[in-house]
Amino acid sequence: MSAVNAGQLEKGSTSTVEAPIKEKETRGEEELDVPWQVVVHNDPVNLMTYVTMVFQRVFGYPREKAERHMLEVHQKGRSILWSGVREPAEFYVQQLHGYLLLATLEKVV
Amino acid sequence: MEICRQDDALQISDLDPFLAELLRQIPESTNPEGAPAAEARLFSRPSAEKKICAEWKSYVEPELRRLFRSATETVTDDLTQLNGNEKSLSNCILHIPITHADAWLNTLNQARLVIAAKYKFSDEELNDHDRSPIGSRRDLGLFQVNFYGFLQEFILREISG
Repeated sequence: MSAVNAGQLEKGSTSTVEAPIKEKETRGEEELDVPWQVVVHNDPVNLMTYVTMVFQRVFGYPREKAERHMLEVHQKGRSILWSGVREPAEFYVQQLHGYLLLATLEKVV
Repeated sequence: MEICRQDDALQISDLDPFLAELLRQIPESTNPEGAPAAEARLFSRPSAEKKICAEWKSYVEPELRRLFRSATETVTDDLTQLNGNEKSLSNCILHIPITHADAWLNTLNQARLVIAAKYKFSDEELNDHDRSPIGSRRDLGLFQVNFYGFLQEFILREISG
C-alpha cells in the first residue's frame, strides 16, 4: 500500500496524495466473503423423526420448521438449511456429519 | 421382547436368543471394513470442492471417527449385560441409561447405514417393513436395519418427551 510521508508534505511543496492501492486479497479471504449454504440431501436410511430431531438440535429450529425441512429433503431430495459466511456453515456441516446426515457445503450461486 | 421407559433408563426385557444376538451384533455391524460403499457413506464428502474435502479429511474426519468410536464403545459396554447363559435371557433386562441415548442413536444409525450400504438395499426394500421370512443373509440384513430402526424410534420418542 502506498503512503504519504511527512517529507512530502513540507510547507510550500506540492504534493498529490495518491489513492491507496488496495492490496490483492488472498484467496482465503475471498472465499470467506462468498455466501455459503448448508445443504442436506435425501437418504433412504435415516429415519424422518431422527432427521427432524437433528435439525432442531443443530440449528435450534422449532419442531414445525425442522419438519418442513425434513419433508423438503424427503420429497425434493435436498433442502437448504442455512446460508451465510463459511466458518459457521462448515461448523454446521461438521455437526450434521456427526449425526450421520448427508450434508454438504455449497457456494451460493 | 418388551421395551419400556423405567425412570432414568430404557429397559429391554423378555429377550429371545435371536433378538439378543441381533442386539449383540450392533457394535460389529458398525464396522465398514471391506465395504468401500459403507466407508464412503459414514464419511461422506462435505463439498464438491477438492480443497475443502482435503482439509476435511485431515482435520474433521479424525474427529468424526473418534465420535463414532466413542458412541460404539458406550453401546458395547451396555451390551455386556447380555453376556452369559442363553437360557437365562428371558429373565435378563437390558438397562440403557437415558444419558446413553445419544450414543445408542448414533451407533444404531452407523449400523443401519453400514448394513444398507453393504447390501445396496433399494428404497423399496427399505420401505418394505413386513418382509418375511428371513431366507438369506441379505434378508437378515434388512431385518437388522428395520429392527435397529424400531429401537431408534423408541429412543427418540422417549428423549423427545
